Amino acid sequence: MKVLFALSALVALLFMGSLLIGPAGLGLGQSLAALFSGQGGAVVLVMQEIRLPRALLGLMAGASLGLSGAAMQGYLRNPLAEPGLIGVSASAALGAVLALQTGVAALFALALPLAALAGAAVAVLLILALAGPRGGALTLILAGVAISALAAAATSLVLNLSPNPFAAMEIVYWMMGSLADRSMDHVWLAAPFMAVGMVMLLSLGRGLDALTLGEDAAASMGVNLTRLRLVVIFGTALAVGASVSVAGSIGFVGLVVPHILRPLVGAKPSRLLAASALGGAAMVLAADIAVRLIAPDQDLKLGVLTALIGAPFFLHLIWRLRGEEA
Amino acid sequence: MTLLSLENLTVRRGLCPVVENVSLTVAEGEFVGLIGPNGAGKTSLLRGALGLLPFEGRSSLASLAPRLRARAAAFLPQGRDIAWPVTVEALVALGRGAYVAAADADREAVERALDRMGLQAYRARSATALSGGEQARVLIARALAQETPLLLADEPVAGLDPEAQLKTMEVFRTLAAEGRGVVASIHDLGLAARSCTRLILLQAGRVVADGPPREVLSDDNLARVFGVRGFHAETEDGPVFQPMGVVR
Repeated sequence: MKVLFALSALVALLFMGSLLIGPAGLGLGQSLAALFSGQGGAVVLVMQEIRLPRALLGLMAGASLGLSGAAMQGYLRNPLAEPGLIGVSASAALGAVLALQTGVAALFALALPLAALAGAAVAVLLILALAGPRGGALTLILAGVAISALAAAATSLVLNLSPNPFAAMEIVYWMMGSLADRSMDHVWLAAPFMAVGMVMLLSLGRGLDALTLGEDAAASMGVNLTRLRLVVIFGTALAVGASVSVAGSIGFVGLVVPHILRPLVGAKPSRLLAASALGGAAMVLAADIAVRLIAPDQDLKLGVLTALIGAPFFLHLIWRLRGEEA
Repeated sequence: MTLLSLENLTVRRGLCPVVENVSLTVAEGEFVGLIGPNGAGKTSLLRGALGLLPFEGRSSLASLAPRLRARAAAFLPQGRDIAWPVTVEALVALGRGAYVAAADADREAVERALDRMGLQAYRARSATALSGGEQARVLIARALAQETPLLLADEPVAGLDPEAQLKTMEVFRTLAAEGRGVVASIHDLGLAARSCTRLILLQAGRVVADGPPREVLSDDNLARVFGVRGFHAETEDGPVFQPMGVVR
């Protein structure tokens, strides 16, 4: 409980920080007053139309990624698992890339996120066909790897055939993941998917706890493994698919956050779920504040920063695991 | 009362039957030792009976809904991998997952299981940091915390030191004496002969003998199924059996 309380406080703090930091250089009181003001004006516009959606999306995407990572690691009984493993992230990215390439993205405001959601949906159908009602954890990993590889190849093909360097640049920049220049429409589009996905994943505590002792033991303790697997797949796909559709690919959050928090919750998968949601939100909000502070004029991409922090951590993780296995 | 009844249970791996037409019942108060050479089908029989493997025939447990089955029978799988470094107490408490009981009732069941396996001193330690034998005892305690009428255990004493082996068999005997049923696959025939009230001998997926230990471990069965001859004796500590030599 203490952990959840501390994390909630941290998330609240970072959320406020995210609202208060930006190129417009608004004062504290001025910003907060503008947030709740019904009046027009530049400050109100900046707060309500630019910073609020940005902070909300950071909160939501981070929570989705952290929670899915914890659920995926619990289900696969592996600390190296991450939400992108089932291929939904790569497929959502492919959907967005296709929308950018074909020009559909320019047709209306939410065309790009909708295309990304469609990409995620295709990946879910594929993964269900391959590793749905039947098949176990290993089938799920293999199917996910195959789908990710296929989506990545298709994305490369689109870049390869891109008519001009500017179109390619636009695609590459989008794929780096960012929360800049999003609107409340993005928030409203992603929120329902993320909410349903997160509720599904949060319900898995008991089953994931039982899986600590393996599939046979869990089944004998009354866990319906087929149902558990389907909820993991659907929940992760909804939460992560929606996250990628509005924020692009933000790597390593789902991998690193559960790993950092595991010792703090006594390693129990059920207690790790809510903690990782909060931890993911904190990490993405912090990273999004950092990109604005480090390079205010350069539009440093959020996904670049999380990977820059996450990858060395991943190496450290492998280093330690190697030590344990020796 | 019957705790488990199997009728013509057949389990296939691929096309090949690994358990074939097994019919048996286990009643309250029985401690059944499931014996047989490697590959005789002991594990598949236990998993099939629980419905953890596809099977043909009928099993009274497999037809129950998962939660109800978890309250009718606890299962201790052979694999002893523990994925996360949870405390011993938290691990044992996993056995309570199938119940919608008051926290107090769950806590008491966990305490009883820790007491029975002599694990009170370990309760706050990380389960993955224990030795293999200690982990095995913790996992048995988890199954005991489920407090089911029937316990199915796959090789529960493999890899334990002699004291832990004897103590574990004693715990199982006590459970049976209290009116519950225990079915355990056991490789150590001597230990099985001493502790079990009944032995079931499997060979190539079929039951070839079922009865009191002394009858099942007959010279003929030993030679035919295990290819060994044995030494029997009655001591003040109970019956002693020791495989002595290879006959084929």
